Amino acid sequence: MASFSVYRDSCPLVKNILLLDSEGKRVAVKYYSDEWATNAAKLAYEKSVFTKTQKTNARTEAEITMFDSNIVIYKFVQDLHFFVTGGDDENELILDAVLQGFYDAVTLLLRNKVDKSEALENLDLILLCLDEIVDRGMILETDGNVIASKVATSSVDPAAPLSEQTISQALALAREHLTRSLLS
Amino acid sequence: MAQPLIKKDDDRDDESEYSPFLGIEKGAVLQEARVFNDPQLDPRRCSQVITKLLYLLNQGESFTKVEATEVFFSVTKLFQSKDNGLRRMVYLMIKELSPSADEVIIVTSSLMKDMNSKTDMYRANAIRVLCRITDGTLLTQIERYLKQAIVDKNPVVASAALVSGIHLLQTNPEIVKRWSNEVQEAVQSRAALVQFHALALLHQIRQNDRLAVSKLVSNLTRGTVRSPLAQCLLIRFISQVIQESGATQTGDRPFYDYLEACLRHKAEMVIFEAARAITELSGVTSRELTPAITVLQLFLSSSKPVLRFAAVRTLNKVAMMHPMAVTNCNIDMESLISDQNRSIATLAITTLLKTGNESSVDRLMKQITNFMSDIADEFKIVVVEAIRSLCLKFPLKFRSLMNFLSNILREEGGFDYKKAIVDSIVILIRDIPDAKESGLLHLCEFIEDCEFTYLSTQILHFLGVEGPKTSDPSKYIRYIYNRVILENATVRASAVSTLAKFGAMVDSLKPRIFILLRRCLFDSDDEVRDRATLYLNTLGGDGAVVETDEDSKEFLFGSLDVPLSNLETSLKNYEPSEEPFDINSVPKEVKSQPLAEKKATNKKHPGLDTPLAAPSTGVDAYEKLLSSISEFSSFGKLFKSSAPFELTEPETEYAVNVVKHVYDGHIVFQYNCTNTIPEQLLEDVTVMVDASEAEEFSEIASKPLRSLPYDTPGQTFVAFQKPEGVPAVGKFSNNLRFIVKEVDPSTGEVVEEDGMEEDYQLEDVDVVAADYMLRVGVSNFRNAWESIGADFEKVDEYGLGPRESLTEAVNAVISLLGMQPCEGTEVVPNNSRSHTCLLSGVFIGGLKVLVRLQFGLDSSREVAMKLAVRSEDEAVSDTIHEIVASG
Repeated sequence: MASFSVYRDSCPLVKNILLLDSEGKRVAVKYYSDEWATNAAKLAYEKSVFTKTQKTNARTEAEITMFDSNIVIYKFVQDLHFFVTGGDDENELILDAVLQGFYDAVTLLLRNKVDKSEALENLDLILLCLDEIVDRGMILETDGNVIASKVATSSVDPAAPLSEQTISQALALAREHLTRSLLS
Repeated sequence: MAQPLIKKDDDRDDESEYSPFLGIEKGAVLQEARVFNDPQLDPRRCSQVITKLLYLLNQGESFTKVEATEVFFSVTKLFQSKDNGLRRMVYLMIKELSPSADEVIIVTSSLMKDMNSKTDMYRANAIRVLCRITDGTLLTQIERYLKQAIVDKNPVVASAALVSGIHLLQTNPEIVKRWSNEVQEAVQSRAALVQFHALALLHQIRQNDRLAVSKLVSNLTRGTVRSPLAQCLLIRFISQVIQESGATQTGDRPFYDYLEACLRHKAEMVIFEAARAITELSGVTSRELTPAITVLQLFLSSSKPVLRFAAVRTLNKVAMMHPMAVTNCNIDMESLISDQNRSIATLAITTLLKTGNESSVDRLMKQITNFMSDIADEFKIVVVEAIRSLCLKFPLKFRSLMNFLSNILREEGGFDYKKAIVDSIVILIRDIPDAKESGLLHLCEFIEDCEFTYLSTQILHFLGVEGPKTSDPSKYIRYIYNRVILENATVRASAVSTLAKFGAMVDSLKPRIFILLRRCLFDSDDEVRDRATLYLNTLGGDGAVVETDEDSKEFLFGSLDVPLSNLETSLKNYEPSEEPFDINSVPKEVKSQPLAEKKATNKKHPGLDTPLAAPSTGVDAYEKLLSSISEFSSFGKLFKSSAPFELTEPETEYAVNVVKHVYDGHIVFQYNCTNTIPEQLLEDVTVMVDASEAEEFSEIASKPLRSLPYDTPGQTFVAFQKPEGVPAVGKFSNNLRFIVKEVDPSTGEVVEEDGMEEDYQLEDVDVVAADYMLRVGVSNFRNAWESIGADFEKVDEYGLGPRESLTEAVNAVISLLGMQPCEGTEVVPNNSRSHTCLLSGVFIGGLKVLVRLQFGLDSSREVAMKLAVRSEDEAVSDTIHEIVASG
């Protein structure tokens, strides 16, 4: 990934996508730039991103900040913190589209139950999702529906048998089905 | 703000947190990975184990080489399974493990099979994995499939191949460049993202071919661009094309219209990209800027923080170049000061600081103080810099601005932030005389409790220069001596130097300083003791209070007038001997890059009989070369050597360039000759110089070149006498004279013993005033300007006539005088109507010269210049004016 800076001024690039929990711990992260070479550097970056954004309210709209010559766009849902980092000359709205795509896809894949335990339970889906959004810095897709469908077609058994779901999950799903059928 | 978060936390504490990875341990998972080897694969189980492995890697766990190899081999077994989901995890795992070349071979065939599978998802992923782990040799094998994939009807497959191509272009450009046709076809794709990826790749393939890029771009502006991302990319390419097609282009801009049309696109991403591109165009007019500013202004009141941030950040940059264009947004900007998002608020404030007027300063400062503690250091630096420039713009407001700076200096902050504040205070002290005393005291208070050695030493040095000139120097002594007691050795040493400077400048303080310096003689650090001893002796600290003489003042305050890199070279070359190192022998000229010289040295042929080594760059090498020639050894010290000047057109039979070596009473032309005809050997090469248009010069010596074989550079010299110390100028016409002998190029032997005498006309050489000027920089122009004094100051005004731009006028005067621009003043900001340029140099005879040039541009592009010269000699100041008047 040493060549990250070569196509600097032409292509929009993503430096990393982070999914942290409400204490700043990793749920799933993916770095596309060699700016953070070691795990220690990555952890330090995550820590500073987390502490700097912790106090803000990024629950309704995605928020944005800048530090270390990087732009960070973030959004919090329940106990999950979503982050996308890009270079400081990047178009903020492109990074925002990546974050939104990631968030939408995760929401779909976790069937609207977006929280840490659900994310860990379906970590394979989250990792595949990251893999489908960005390939070594290049944006592959920003539409959450498309990303989720790419991931979902490959899940081991698309409709997980009801017996394996917890009661609350099953209820949530049922409620969702009900609302959908009522609305349609 | 964080209400919902806290609530959730409370809830969660009741039910114990459950994680599927609780208590996960690497060794155990590696054991579990053995299921990959089972004859009856359980896809679900295998997927889970891979997820666990990926989880470990994601958490920062690393596998040893052996572990990684083992996992890799067992993962490859999973290609047997037909389960889609499992295959996806296998792909992911292989990418994470990034196998070595010999391991790659194991999976190549499986991946190649998947690349040709009927399942689109397999094809797309196999391409990405294979391209990720492959090397050049394998790539040629799969190239055919990749080309097909680029034009595959499934967009995911096409995108996978295109994106992989973008990465491969970095490592195997020659292969990827062969895919142009397919990529071209993919640009026309109906799938939005395929077009985006194809466009990115195509541009990268062609980026060195300006014409092709321009054509590609103009074709696309007429066609359909399907995704906002591709449209953004196109906008970037367009602004590159505009930039490259000449910055000062006037009249109609065909591409500008396209950018403006993009401002009406439906995607905000595209609107913003276009607006940003317009604001970054060089030489953009205010009429062109207006539509972009208007859309950005609309974004300022958006409900989305990202959009507000993007707009205010761009407007902030615009405000640096075109403050007037942004004033329309001031009202929207002011409402952003209270924005929840501190980053947005900071940018809004700094923009206002740039566009605001004197009356709004106090109000703004109040608002800034409130939120300084909430923002990150980066933003604080931005604010500090904005305040500094504001203070320089409105010097009357320095009191409130200086107070603000000193307040934030006392608060917590990192090095860069503190440095920015200190730098700002220093600049304000220099430029606003009234601010001096209060500024110095703020700095003194800061070093009382400063954790950064670098900043402490910088401030101490600055105090030493400025402190003694204040009305009551004694009040600073306490702060300085406290450093000696409390700080580390580096700071102590610089505090000692500062004390000595006070002692040297303020006679009444001398006895007290001596007492303090003597205490430093017992310091635990060598450097501190050495300095104290040195200064005590220099200042006559043996008890008698004497007037400090000029020499010691020069020693204490004079700046090092040799470039550090030259000093370094000289010290490296110095061989320890009886003779002490002489700082005067260090060349003072700032090295510039001689371009022509490089060409001559590159062609050097080893093993051939060369009379002298090929010329190498640098004054050192010239000096060595010249002093080895007996005829020139009596000329004294070499003052300056010019950059090589070509006397022949490129690609002619003989290539000759000349280097002018200037001595006090002599000038030597060194002709570097290269024979480019393999069939010829030149002998007795001389240059016949006609100095009839250079009356003050008379030729005294000429050193011919005995033989000049093919492609081996050689030198011939001609020396002239000229009046001592006078910057005599003149024109010299040159004729290369030599005996040519025919040579068999295959053997190198001379075929014909008797040669023919021939003449070869060369271009003329001018000796100009700039040849007598050394480009010697000064570290602090203002100090140098003041210390040289106004005794021989000469000021006059000149009209330079109509010029393209100020930059052109500034460069013309700099090269005419041959002086070193100081403090980056040779750079003229875009679109500015006036500019001040500071130059320094040393004139022949070793006389220091400083020049201050003030340029102004009127509406008819006429440039007027005010030239102020200060030097150590009246005649030199006059000469500078003569040079400009005649140039």
